[in-house]
Amino acid sequence: MADTSRPNLPRASTAVAEPTTHDPDARGHFGIFGGRYIPEALMAVIEEVTAAYEKARTDQAFLDKLDDLQTHYTGRPSPLYEAIRLSEHAGGARIFLKREDLNHTGSHKINNVLGQALLARQMGKTRVIAETGAGQHGVATAVACARFGLDCVVYMGEEDIRRQKLNVFNMRTMGAEVRPVTTGSRTLRDAINEAMRDWMASVETTHYILGSVVGPHPFPQIVRDFQSVIGKEARQQCLEETGRLPDEVIACVGGGSNAAGMFYPFVEDDSVQLTGVEAGGRGPQPGQHASPLSYGRKGVLHGSFSYVMQDDDGQTCDVHSISAGLDYPGVGPEHAYWKDTGRVNYVAAEDDEALAAFKKLATLEGILPALESSHAIAHTIKAAKQRGPDDIIVVCLSGRGDKDVTEVARLLGQEL
Amino acid sequence: MPSSRISDVFTKLKSENRLAFMPFITSGDPDIAATGELITELGKQGCDLIEIGFPYSDPIADGPTIQASYTRALDKGLHVNDIFNTVAALPTEELPPLVAMVAFAIIYRIGPEEFLTKLKSAGFSGMIVPDLPGDEAASFFELSQKHGLDLVQLVSPTTKPERVERILAAASGFVYCISVAGITGVREDLPPELKDQLRWLREKTDLPLAVGFGIGKPEQIDMLRDVADGVIVGSAIVRQLEPLAKAPDQKKAIIDQIGNYAADMLAATKS
Ligand SMILES: Cc1ncc(COP(=O)(O)O)c(C=O)c1O
Repeated sequence: MADTSRPNLPRASTAVAEPTTHDPDARGHFGIFGGRYIPEALMAVIEEVTAAYEKARTDQAFLDKLDDLQTHYTGRPSPLYEAIRLSEHAGGARIFLKREDLNHTGSHKINNVLGQALLARQMGKTRVIAETGAGQHGVATAVACARFGLDCVVYMGEEDIRRQKLNVFNMRTMGAEVRPVTTGSRTLRDAINEAMRDWMASVETTHYILGSVVGPHPFPQIVRDFQSVIGKEARQQCLEETGRLPDEVIACVGGGSNAAGMFYPFVEDDSVQLTGVEAGGRGPQPGQHASPLSYGRKGVLHGSFSYVMQDDDGQTCDVHSISAGLDYPGVGPEHAYWKDTGRVNYVAAEDDEALAAFKKLATLEGILPALESSHAIAHTIKAAKQRGPDDIIVVCLSGRGDKDVTEVARLLGQEL
Repeated sequence: MPSSRISDVFTKLKSENRLAFMPFITSGDPDIAATGELITELGKQGCDLIEIGFPYSDPIADGPTIQASYTRALDKGLHVNDIFNTVAALPTEELPPLVAMVAFAIIYRIGPEEFLTKLKSAGFSGMIVPDLPGDEAASFFELSQKHGLDLVQLVSPTTKPERVERILAAASGFVYCISVAGITGVREDLPPELKDQLRWLREKTDLPLAVGFGIGKPEQIDMLRDVADGVIVGSAIVRQLEPLAKAPDQKKAIIDQIGNYAADMLAATKS
């Protein structure tokens, strides 16, 4: 049963079902980026996932199930909302928010998770593993596993468990096991390492639901396709509500999944400027930010070739961001490709700017954004100022901020 | 099969009807000077090849023992050049062939051409690049050949027969056969399917077959005698280095202990 209330809006499955000229080559390259730099022990399962995904794309029953879940479980489509007071405050372009924060589980992560959980079932897997930083992807995975009756283990860095207590509680309540990761930097990147190690020894029973457009092929493509419902809907909603396409589309970039899902349907609209906002942290000095596209260089991390924060020996650098979900030294290979081809412009918003944007959206619109999304809002306010009142900016509000209030209160020196 | 120092070792062992014993050590754990001493000790014991791990921040194929060892080395500020300098100072022609275990992330950052030049001039004979599977390796394999270095490829129990040919096309030196699906680390048993896979691989290639992951005991060598040409032992050695982080004065004793362990394993390769 698909959505009947808004028959004019594209369904989640359309972005999955249509192969395009922007798909990577057979081994997952976007230009020189992407690929599969993984241990041989993972190759067989990676090929299994690739084949299962290609089959699912033409399987109407799979696509219908996805649409049904996205409509009745996630609550799609998500609204495109004109933030009038925020626009007035910025004093330039009209700002529209794509409200992924209103999805079930409170972020865009559910779009990818539902697709991959269906894929896991299709492959006959009974166990799912995931990594999580902010905990949003972990929560979405725990939710989907509860919904489908799959065993669920979520790897999460010790440092992130401290920062995101609410989400840890929620995952456990949903029946997932949250395994603290105590190796390396104890954040998202180490959680990915641990999940990969688990997967190597459990491939028979287990699917790894990677949470962003990173990792070896086919993950960057699968996650982009499942997330592209964001941009597909937003594009159509903008046409309906304003009679034209936006002038600029903005999204925050951690691994890059909400941004890829938002940008992808606009890639061929030459008139639409696309801007990705990375975590600028405390400034451009090494170790103070998490902005590989702005300050990093080309290299290999977690199975793909992209931009990454590395030292001269190829060792991954520690990174910093106020938001756990952006605290990652790498980025999806398609973003690297978009950067080098000039299709997307990448900028950084610093911790303070994100925190200020968090407060602005709360007081001006009554919306508490996730700290990740606050980076996109921060840049949107700047970008809107540079434009006239006839211009339109659409920004992806990737998640809601409830999970961050303890951390924000701490940073503001307040007690909860 | 073009001849190299590595292939010469296996040819000689065949005539002696003996398996190769290849210990793995992490460079820089507990410090880079100890790595030089360990290589010397392992050479003195008569090890057939020595694998030298280049510590990497995100070693996804490695289990907790080797990862912790890599972390200890990196925390002490080890750089890739320290490894090259230390090995270059050893009389490598008199030592067993040295094989680097090194992530492609490191090779790419330094630059493949420059990395191979330095590896060769330091005295290494080849390398294993665990995150560069056959599919991505074609051009790097050619480059390695040009530098006179062997590129060892891995085959896992989950590797499909149709992939093996592509992998072997970019392989030289020997084939690293992973004994179990999963990560490095010592295990009690070896899976029975392993023998079938080794017999099958034997039909497909003239390259020597070396088995690694989960090997640590002399009895396991006996099990593999008819089907493999060598064994690789990593975690069982690296875990002996662990106490040195807290008791650096034990360095000499631990190096001797690892030497004795190597001698026991070598004895098992003979019988
Ligand atoms: C609300 C929200 N937005 C953005 C991100 C960053 O991920 P990505 O760049 O893959 O969208 C996260 C990650 O946890 C998140 O929770």
